[in-house]
Amino acid sequence: MVPQRIERDILIDAPVEIVWAVVTEPEHISGWFSDTVDLDLRPGGAAALSWDDYGTVHGRVERVEPPHFFSFRWVVHRDPGAPVRDGNATLVEFSLSPEGDATRLTVVESGFRDLSGSEDENRGHADSHRRGWDHELGELQEYAEKRMRAGR
Amino acid sequence: MTPAIAEVDELWAAVGDPTRRRVLDVLLDRGEATATVVAGELPVTRQAVAKHLAVLDRAGLVEGRRRGREVRYAVRPEQLDAAARSMAEVAAAWDTRLHAIKRIAEAAAAAQRQQDRTRKETR
Repeated sequence: MVPQRIERDILIDAPVEIVWAVVTEPEHISGWFSDTVDLDLRPGGAAALSWDDYGTVHGRVERVEPPHFFSFRWVVHRDPGAPVRDGNATLVEFSLSPEGDATRLTVVESGFRDLSGSEDENRGHADSHRRGWDHELGELQEYAEKRMRAGR
Repeated sequence: MTPAIAEVDELWAAVGDPTRRRVLDVLLDRGEATATVVAGELPVTRQAVAKHLAVLDRAGLVEGRRRGREVRYAVRPEQLDAAARSMAEVAAAWDTRLHAIKRIAEAAAAAQRQQDRTRKETR
């Protein structure tokens, strides 16, 4: 099946090292992401993204390869404050590559594929173990839009 | 920004299952249908269809109306539209964040260039 992912990129007129700092350093992260952030920048390190009007979303650092690659998982469920578990977090991957004096920054968000071990977990939702997470977000959006057009 | 993603999660759970998408297809094609009629068009039992309809109902994607002894289900198109839009929001949220990163990084790079120039000049 097509890998499930949202991919976006942008060209930044700054060297890779500076972009890396903006993407990974808490004092910069609060400028583009959550209002405050607590980040242990190493594989397995804890991340806590807090919004003043929403609450704290927990995450976990996956890979840190300065200055080219950084990835983390973050909880997508409705309950702010929930810890990262199997099946409740999406993966966010930042890739930085030099283009001349500039940097191409690519972000890919994907998720719900690494559900191994969660099948026997009773999360109180009917059908949760058969949810069919293995589905591309873009494909799903396309489906919904197609059906909307057909339904009109 | 984050709440948009939480919304998607629930809708994704509802529409992420291929059988449920086929259930939606049948309902959209027919306008409305009972679980028995939907099951007649898909290789699944009526009981399975009823479960899928319950999940879709909880996500607000379909609604059931009782007619005598049977319940007829129909898609709520405004909810399906909202699902598509909230998924687009996830992508839009990343665009917003990337633009903010660009702004911060370019300002920092410009400041550094300025500093380098000043250093050279004072040498």
